[in-house]
Amino acid sequence: MRTIRKGTAMADEMKDMVLEYVIDEYVDEDDDEEIGYDTPLISSGIVDSFSMVSLKVFLEKKYKISLPDNEATPEAFDTVNSICELVKKFQG
Amino acid sequence: MAYTDKARKQYQEQIEEIKSKGLYKEKRFICSPQDAAITVEYPEGAPNAEVLNFCANNYLGLSSHPEVVKAAHEGLDKRGYGMSSVRFICGTQDIHRELQDRMSKFLGMEDTLLFPSCMDANSGVFEAILEEQDVIIADRLIHASLVDGIRLCSAQYDTFKHMDMKHLKKKLELHSDKRHVLVVTDGVFSMDGDLAPLDEMCDLCDQYGAMILVDDSHASGFIGKTGRGTHEHFNCIDKVDLITTTFGKGLGGASGGCVSGRRELIELCRQKARPYLFSNSMAPPIVNASIKVIDLISKSTELRDKLEWNAAYFRKGVEDAGLCVRPGNTPIVPVMLYNAKLANDMSRDMYAEGIYVIGFFFPVVPAGAARIRVQLSAAHTKEHIDKAVAAFTKVGEKYGILGLDKKGIIDKYGM
Repeated sequence: MRTIRKGTAMADEMKDMVLEYVIDEYVDEDDDEEIGYDTPLISSGIVDSFSMVSLKVFLEKKYKISLPDNEATPEAFDTVNSICELVKKFQG
Repeated sequence: MAYTDKARKQYQEQIEEIKSKGLYKEKRFICSPQDAAITVEYPEGAPNAEVLNFCANNYLGLSSHPEVVKAAHEGLDKRGYGMSSVRFICGTQDIHRELQDRMSKFLGMEDTLLFPSCMDANSGVFEAILEEQDVIIADRLIHASLVDGIRLCSAQYDTFKHMDMKHLKKKLELHSDKRHVLVVTDGVFSMDGDLAPLDEMCDLCDQYGAMILVDDSHASGFIGKTGRGTHEHFNCIDKVDLITTTFGKGLGGASGGCVSGRRELIELCRQKARPYLFSNSMAPPIVNASIKVIDLISKSTELRDKLEWNAAYFRKGVEDAGLCVRPGNTPIVPVMLYNAKLANDMSRDMYAEGIYVIGFFFPVVPAGAARIRVQLSAAHTKEHIDKAVAAFTKVGEKYGILGLDKKGIIDKYGM
């Protein structure tokens, strides 16, 4: 059973949106992983560097930004928190 | 001297880091022909040991088959050792053309192009047939060579969850505005041994006007009732647009690969695929021996039938012994251990019992999915398999995992 571990007072709409996408896109229905804003995604193997492209495409479309390859790194995509920081940086 | 002490030290640190992560690939030397029973020097410098090989891609047992070896000798005598050229300059002999024609017929495709390896075929095919306005939609567990080929291509790409048809459908909808859509999958996935549901995938591709490419390297020669591959197994031979496969596994085990499929796509590979244009032709002895392999497996299904029996017999043996085995019906049987150290320790103990198998763990397989991947061969006898099952039972008992499921093993050893 998938569970979403959201933040509390600090939660914001973007984080929830990205978290929901990550779970829908990368976690199988029958997985019992608990994923939150600070859960490592790439370094833990939930998202691999090949399939990371789906997340990049989603972010660019959803937030109308263009993420250059040298910024859309596995490190920058490792947690929902770091992903949102990257998106905010390119939102200007 | 350009190779400075600083450079040497930095590279040494990289190697140490690989070792410290437990990812260092040790040297193992086979001192005999490749076969079910082999002579191995491991670790390096240790006395040779006679062991049974359960980790080769020698699915049909043809690596050292007398008729295949004889055909390689004949190829050497009649057409020489090497071509000293890429295919399009002066590297194509009549036997290259014959092998291509034989592969097209065997796989049920319109045309075929040989490459130095399937890794090269996968590296070259995408950039030859797709451009920026096209999209590739790939299963997330496809082979690394397909991943590399997709990354070398200017087309956009996306991925879908492993063998998840609902997710593939969602992605086909998402990309329905693209010029060409190419769905990419392995036929048999090398780590789990599971079969891509090609019938469903082909139906989805029909529905959305997409093409499909299947890497059948772990299927050609033995999956399907006459060994044509995954597309034969799922009765959709005429619906698959491209197959890439290798002569380095079931089909003789030497080297070489090919792309087979729609005539225009193969022609574009012939004109544009860089590994075809810039790497040497398959060597004549291998080409001649590969023709013999196609002869042998076209005349009789005896070898693939034996392999099928062997795989089922081994699978039942380890399941009855209480090991945790991923379900499936291919010659790849993953004995699941989940914990990387456990997989490593057990494979070492298996070697001591005379069974050569290897533990696989992250990043080769997903984190927490460590296993010993067992590969059956038509060259294995019933006695070989009985010995392997007995060794797994003994070693499994030592580690207290017999009868444990995934949760039980993880509770005991962690992930």
